[in-house]
Amino acid sequence: MTANEMSRSDALLSVRKLTKLFGSFAACDGIDLEIRPGEIHALLGENGAGKSTLVKMLFGVLAPTSGQILWKGEPVRIASPGAARRTGIGMVFQHFSLFEALTVAENIALSLDPRISLAKIAEEAAVLSRNYGLPLDPKAHVADLSVGERQRIEIVRTLLQNPELIILDEPTSVLTPQEADRLFETLAKLKAEGRSVLYISHRLEEVQRICDRATVLRHGKVTGACDPRAETPASLARMMVGSEVANVTAAGTNAKGGVLLEARNLNVAARTPFATALKNICLTVRSGEVLAIAGVAGNGQSELFDALSGEYPVADADAVRISGKNVGTLGITARRLMGAGFVPEERHGHAAVPGLPLSDNLVLARSKSDRKVFLAGGILGIIRYVAVRLATKRISAAMDVRKSGDDPPAGSLSGGNLQKFIVGRELDRQPNVLIVNQPTWGVDAGAASRIRQALVDLAKSGSAVLVISQDLDEIFEVATEIAVINEGQLSPAYPAQGMTREKIGLLMGGFHGKAEEREAAHAH
Amino acid sequence: MRIELEKRAGASTLYSILSPFIALGLTVIAGGIMFAMLGKDPVSALYSFFVEPLLDIWSLHEIAIKAAPLILIGVGLAVCYRSNNWNIGAEGQFIAGAIMGSILPVTFYDWHSPLLLPLMMIMGMIGGALYAAVPAFLKAHMNTNEILTSLMLVYIAQLFLDWLVRGPWRSPDGLNFPITRDFVPEAVLPELISSGRANLGFAFAIIAAVLLWLMMRYTLKGFEITVLGQSERAGRFAGFSSRRMIWFSMLLSGALAGLAGIAEVSGAINKLQPIISPGYGFTAIIVAFLGRLNPLGVIVAGLLLALTYVGGEAVQLTLSVSDKVTRVFQGLLLFFVLSCDTLILYKIRIVFAGRTAEDGAN
Repeated sequence: MTANEMSRSDALLSVRKLTKLFGSFAACDGIDLEIRPGEIHALLGENGAGKSTLVKMLFGVLAPTSGQILWKGEPVRIASPGAARRTGIGMVFQHFSLFEALTVAENIALSLDPRISLAKIAEEAAVLSRNYGLPLDPKAHVADLSVGERQRIEIVRTLLQNPELIILDEPTSVLTPQEADRLFETLAKLKAEGRSVLYISHRLEEVQRICDRATVLRHGKVTGACDPRAETPASLARMMVGSEVANVTAAGTNAKGGVLLEARNLNVAARTPFATALKNICLTVRSGEVLAIAGVAGNGQSELFDALSGEYPVADADAVRISGKNVGTLGITARRLMGAGFVPEERHGHAAVPGLPLSDNLVLARSKSDRKVFLAGGILGIIRYVAVRLATKRISAAMDVRKSGDDPPAGSLSGGNLQKFIVGRELDRQPNVLIVNQPTWGVDAGAASRIRQALVDLAKSGSAVLVISQDLDEIFEVATEIAVINEGQLSPAYPAQGMTREKIGLLMGGFHGKAEEREAAHAH
Repeated sequence: MRIELEKRAGASTLYSILSPFIALGLTVIAGGIMFAMLGKDPVSALYSFFVEPLLDIWSLHEIAIKAAPLILIGVGLAVCYRSNNWNIGAEGQFIAGAIMGSILPVTFYDWHSPLLLPLMMIMGMIGGALYAAVPAFLKAHMNTNEILTSLMLVYIAQLFLDWLVRGPWRSPDGLNFPITRDFVPEAVLPELISSGRANLGFAFAIIAAVLLWLMMRYTLKGFEITVLGQSERAGRFAGFSSRRMIWFSMLLSGALAGLAGIAEVSGAINKLQPIISPGYGFTAIIVAFLGRLNPLGVIVAGLLLALTYVGGEAVQLTLSVSDKVTRVFQGLLLFFVLSCDTLILYKIRIVFAGRTAEDGAN
């Protein structure tokens, strides 16, 4: 308890028992945190650990349910980002809020006092950016700038308000290694001036390199406060992913059949600045297997799903194979016709259209694969709503989907019930290959176990199941094989029985255990 | 203090149905105020604007004539907007269809054949579709904003028509007026019933509206339009292509606007002249929204907007007010329709300084 006993006067910001409830779910549960002047403090944790909720409360975006925030020993109420700025807290968000059509100076001016002239802002920004090694041309249009340069605008914009505490949310997730190095130099300068930095990351390597202290969150609670340099990556990883031993269940049958899903050297370039490129992904899923892919969000999971589902086909036909046939260049409909089923991560607006009734959302995924049952009139394609409603009822019953009314809009269902329907929609076809991204993301415990059981049962019946998930408990519950995705690269698959949380945590944090692989990743 | 729009938990079914009528009522009230400010008696002005045209066979035919292009264009636009493609250039496609459809009767002036009329209609549709293909291509392959491109093409079409009738297509017997020769009788759309001028164009409009309603209601294509309009990503997941939808929706609305153009020229004007439309292509946007983007609703909305044209002409004559009155009424109507629709989904909240919307993010 030495950290808590530390005299209040020398902490710049301290947080006591801060709690945020969303309904009955505690995103942050009694968080204690202390940031001293002139330190770089790391906030570590997996996705969903509560890091973002915590900093949103510190920056006045969310109001805490209970608990206290002390600034220089005095209790403060931070009601809005404006209040946070006036207090002396600045924040650089992970996703930038910049107007592409405006210049750098204009973008900066938007967040400042409207009375200050643009010329003055441009001048100050130029001086500031030079001093901190963040070269920026105030007259440049944002649209022409790289992601790293855009981040500099956000940092300069924050620095112009002369904050004593700067919060950086996953700043390197969008940077090249070279840009990241530059950022670290800037952070060192800020630290030398006596400013504090709260640095949010899940990359252990960086945290060990630049941070003085670290607070680790897991499931909304603090699981450790330490000096990252005194820790090993393994011990940090353990704090991040938890040390309890899971009840590992070998899910599939032992008798493994033929290969049903295969990716061979699957390469996909990043479509947007925020996307991750996939590099040489190789995976195989046999009949009866559940391959689970673990990894921290944003490491290429959705890109992998898009490539495997055929929503964005790839250039090489043999990069993706279903039931031994090359399907890389084929679209999602062709892959469905070969017996594959897909469950994307986002329920609203991807797996389902929230404004349309469940029956329409059934047609959404199965209009082509079940053409004979659901459509009539040949080329006219008249939807047979009687058959569709019947199937909707069957799926709802099979998956215990609780809904109001016979055929309510998908958006009116709770997350768990809609997810059960979306998974059930695919299971109802008995797919021989099922690819699921985050099957139980934001789903209540009861629905989650039902969905996981259904995935296991499908594999037992001889299908190949690929589960992409950030939830390690889930992975240990369903997987027969486990692989980890990191920065668009996939580790080899290991049998689930031999895997430990620690090993997964290390693979997640980017420690492949192979030096040359790391270098290759940083060489681009 | 600032004003915020806050999303309502659910839309009231009652108000969804009532909304167009409330909008119409508000338009009438605002119109009455406008007449009063112009120094006219609002009651009698509104009477001659909205009621008198309905009491006379001649003006009923005029309403049908004006409703035909509004409905034809409006149903195409309704489907197009449902798919989240925003074709604003129907006026240009209307003109393009009129020009393309007039090639045969103008250049082969002496050709008398029962084939002439169907060919004109088909060519009109092709003309409108080709003209809509330009913004479709730009959007599908260059990621250009179709609102801007389709709108800008309107002015090009208008000027091209102007040049045609003053230059190469000017009638040799027209005393140098900028008009083409009158179409031969075989090139004129026949009248619908013997009591007046209303022509087959009105029948085309009703048939098109019913067919598109059936498509939207019962077929996979209609489902595809709805899904892609609400969520492109979900459409991609379903295996639908938003790029193909751009082409489909733009070509469909262009073809219908083109058909409206040639039907208007052939049925009501019987020749080409510099101005062939009192803004049908733009008014049809109001029609599409007033009809709630539902093809059957568009029929009703089209008839109503046609009434504003005829009523506008009536008050112009009887009360000697400006012909801009029609435009004002149409603008008021669109304004009230859109605001009523917005208020079904959102409520207005006035936020006073000091209070913050902290949990709004969730």
